Amino acid sequence: MAFNYGQFVSGGIGKQLATTLGLPRPTKLRRHKVGGSLIPGEVLVAGHGEAPVAERVRHLLSDAGVKVATSPSTSVAGVVLDLTAVETPADLETLRGVVGPALKTLAPTGRVIVIGRPPESATSVAQAAARRAVEGIVRSIGKEMRGGGTANTVLVAEGADAGVDATVRFLLSGRSAYVSAQVFHVAKPVGDVAAPADWDKPLAGKVAVVTGAARGIGAAIADTLARDGATIIAVDMPQAGGPLAEVANRLGGTALQLDVTAEDAGAKIVEHAQARHGGFDIVVHNAGITRDKLLANTEADRWDSVLQVNLLSILRMNEALIPAINDGGHIVNVSSIAGIAGNRGQTNYAASKAGVIGMTQSLAADKAVLKKGITVNAVAPGFIETEMTAKVPFATREVGRLMNSLSQGGQPVDVAETIGFFAWDANRAVTGNTVRVCGQMLMGA
Amino acid sequence: MTTASPRRAAILGGNRIPFARQFGPYANASNQDMFTAALEGLVARYGLAGERLGEVVGGAVIKHARDFNLTREAVLGSSLAPETTAYDVQQACGTGLENAILVSNKIKLGQIESGIAGGVDTASDAPIMVTEKLRRKLLKINRQKTTVDMAKSALAIRPGDIGIETPANTEPRTGLSMGEHMAITAKKWGITREAQDELAALSHQNLAKAYDNGFFDDLMTSYLGLAKDQNLRADSTVEKLAKLKPVFGKGEGATMTAGNSTPLTDGASAVLLGSEEWAAEHNLTVQAYLVDGEVAAVDYVHGDEGLLMAPAYAVPRLLARQGLSLQDFDYYEIHEAFASTVLSTMKAWEDEEFCTQRLGLEKPLGSIDRSKLNVNGSSLAAGHPFAATGGRIVASLAKMLHEKGPGSRGLISICAAGGQGVVAILEGA
Ligand SMILES: NC(=O)c1ccc[n+]([C@@H]2O[C@H](COP(=O)([O-])OP(=O)(O)OC[C@H]3O[C@@H](n4cnc5c(N)ncnc54)[C@H](O)[C@@H]3O)[C@@H](O)[C@H]2O)c1
Repeated sequence: MAFNYGQFVSGGIGKQLATTLGLPRPTKLRRHKVGGSLIPGEVLVAGHGEAPVAERVRHLLSDAGVKVATSPSTSVAGVVLDLTAVETPADLETLRGVVGPALKTLAPTGRVIVIGRPPESATSVAQAAARRAVEGIVRSIGKEMRGGGTANTVLVAEGADAGVDATVRFLLSGRSAYVSAQVFHVAKPVGDVAAPADWDKPLAGKVAVVTGAARGIGAAIADTLARDGATIIAVDMPQAGGPLAEVANRLGGTALQLDVTAEDAGAKIVEHAQARHGGFDIVVHNAGITRDKLLANTEADRWDSVLQVNLLSILRMNEALIPAINDGGHIVNVSSIAGIAGNRGQTNYAASKAGVIGMTQSLAADKAVLKKGITVNAVAPGFIETEMTAKVPFATREVGRLMNSLSQGGQPVDVAETIGFFAWDANRAVTGNTVRVCGQMLMGA
Repeated sequence: MTTASPRRAAILGGNRIPFARQFGPYANASNQDMFTAALEGLVARYGLAGERLGEVVGGAVIKHARDFNLTREAVLGSSLAPETTAYDVQQACGTGLENAILVSNKIKLGQIESGIAGGVDTASDAPIMVTEKLRRKLLKINRQKTTVDMAKSALAIRPGDIGIETPANTEPRTGLSMGEHMAITAKKWGITREAQDELAALSHQNLAKAYDNGFFDDLMTSYLGLAKDQNLRADSTVEKLAKLKPVFGKGEGATMTAGNSTPLTDGASAVLLGSEEWAAEHNLTVQAYLVDGEVAAVDYVHGDEGLLMAPAYAVPRLLARQGLSLQDFDYYEIHEAFASTVLSTMKAWEDEEFCTQRLGLEKPLGSIDRSKLNVNGSSLAAGHPFAATGGRIVASLAKMLHEKGPGSRGLISICAAGGQGVVAILEGA
């Protein structure tokens, strides 16, 4: 078995060694459990000035059966701070005064959520400075937090407060275990924001297409969306047919064998979804490959195959998928940290994954897409424990695992949970976002 | 005369694992493993997990004694509802097609709404038998009550008794292998080496083309790392095949080589059938209908008919019942046990004497358009795991007919050991 630093330092000699040497010791992250509570403990809710969003959050928490705390204590598992009303950097004192003391007593796997407004829409220079400062503070808090805690920023557009609930829920819950230091943009919803009848089945009655579903992250996405109530159309290469069938059968879905780069891949998916499931609501473009080489040594076919599978196929398939997807549907693309930070030997891969981010932003704003009320978002996974990363050489792998604020690699389910969240109908106010699932990896800002 | 059937039996799709050469990637896979894999791929493609089907009919030609309930065990190991019934049938190489006919008949009669017909065979994981003498002596030892009697019985075992036998491709009543039988027929019909090699090369080329076109993307599920039939040689040519030495028949006239005979193969296949109502309820597309089937047997032991010539008899009987001529088809699937089997059968149908005297017809059935024959390859290229071949052909033909359109017709002809032949007609939907 491969050496695993995280397991080594969590017990016995390894634990002693790590403690003596002051090495990081990863905490077992809190992950979503069906039937479990939203967050195990009280949530401290505060705000600056009028704090309209704080009021919403208090309602949301009481609906979810979570106690709202008014002062920090050891029973507090999360802090939600509404800074939507800040006018100048001087107002940030509120944050220091509330979050600072709370960090001392916050329970393990705690959550810090700071809610602000987008700097771009500030009405004064001072307000823009204050709004932009929030992001910097929260990223720093993420690095200061211990015990598997996370800190995230939610920027809510003026007049879009009603759409914030889904994001706050997600960030408090175990679904966001490996998401830290991210900025979520909540805007005017593209369609009706519909809370599910059962928060444990937010995707009930939905049909979801997942590409690259035979293994790794794709299989976890299929499992997670199915757990949340969706019927799965599992898509992968004919060569992956055996494992693909296993995924489809354990979830009671259907398997569709095709190469996403085929000219008619989109049409085939539409045909299958309509004939067999009466349509589809969710598409997850997860299939992806790497063909690493320094740019100087990259031949045309290595370059092309990565762009074809990771980016061009999505553009092509979307031409067939978007007209056919049910109104109010959700498209989620899988990007990568490499598309944000770049990576030595991965120019082709970074091109494709950065391209996915551009595509996501542009498509989210597309007229036809908006008219159908479809959201388009992307996840950018950091170091995720899969067969793919298990093959990375030992030293590189350990660095990849540890170079983040949570001192561990993420699990495929962590990526899947964020994708699931993007697919909620309760989440129509979040579109055009790219969220990293990387435990606040040090690279790529 | 056309028998009006109460309702139609629809073919809704199929699945097989790629066929592997003997002792290849499936060397350690059992019949049960392979058939379960074929079922799982089918269940996944058509979303049947947890579904109770009317029945699953499978079977294998080469079978271990422990596999007495092979198909039922495979069902229990699959994602189908455990309440799905199953049974095994064995009709040599006709097993898979016979099973499709059986399931379709039950559907037509309204006894079941849905079913899977298939088959599996391994030439690698074959049962081993001890010699008949040794077996009898071992059974006798086992019957003894005391240790002394057991020891006494054991002493009766002679060195000559020791030995193992694996199931052979040999006809028990003639002692001749299937290839040797076929060589006699090929010689009788004057089938040339060139014609056989041409048919074999075309089988490989057609199968390769089918893969390139993605024809098998929804007919196959990869297994144990194999995603294509291992026997396929996309670059096969008549010139290359001409270099091989004959393996069946003797002397100058020997024409049958390893290239124009099917290799021993491991594999499994399964076909989903159902009533039209059941298909609609399950959002499944009807690809084709199994119209009718016929089985014939010939006397290759005492008579002078060739072992693999039974389909030549079954087809005209089926055509007569359906009021069709041999030329009324868009596709012909004639199982390539050997290239010479296909060629002898077609020659017989063109032969005045054979058709009038043996088949009792007024005139020859005539020739078939060769461009409609085995257009996506057949057993010479794909391989031939005996009981799995019928399912391979039914699923592929149903897809071809669906693409061709409603009313299109296909004819299947499969020869089998024991001088039997199973044939069927499919109609596109
Ligand atoms: N593992 C990580 O740490 C990590 C990090 C960042 C991004 N990602 C991205 O996440 C996604 C999934 O990665 P993974 O680690 O699970 O990889 P993986 O290699 O384990 O799985 C990818 C799947 O996609 C399928 N696939 C590849 N090409 C295809 C094609 N042309 N048509 C259909 N299916 C195809 C493969 O057969 C495979 O089942 C990829 O887009 C990858 O770039 C992974």
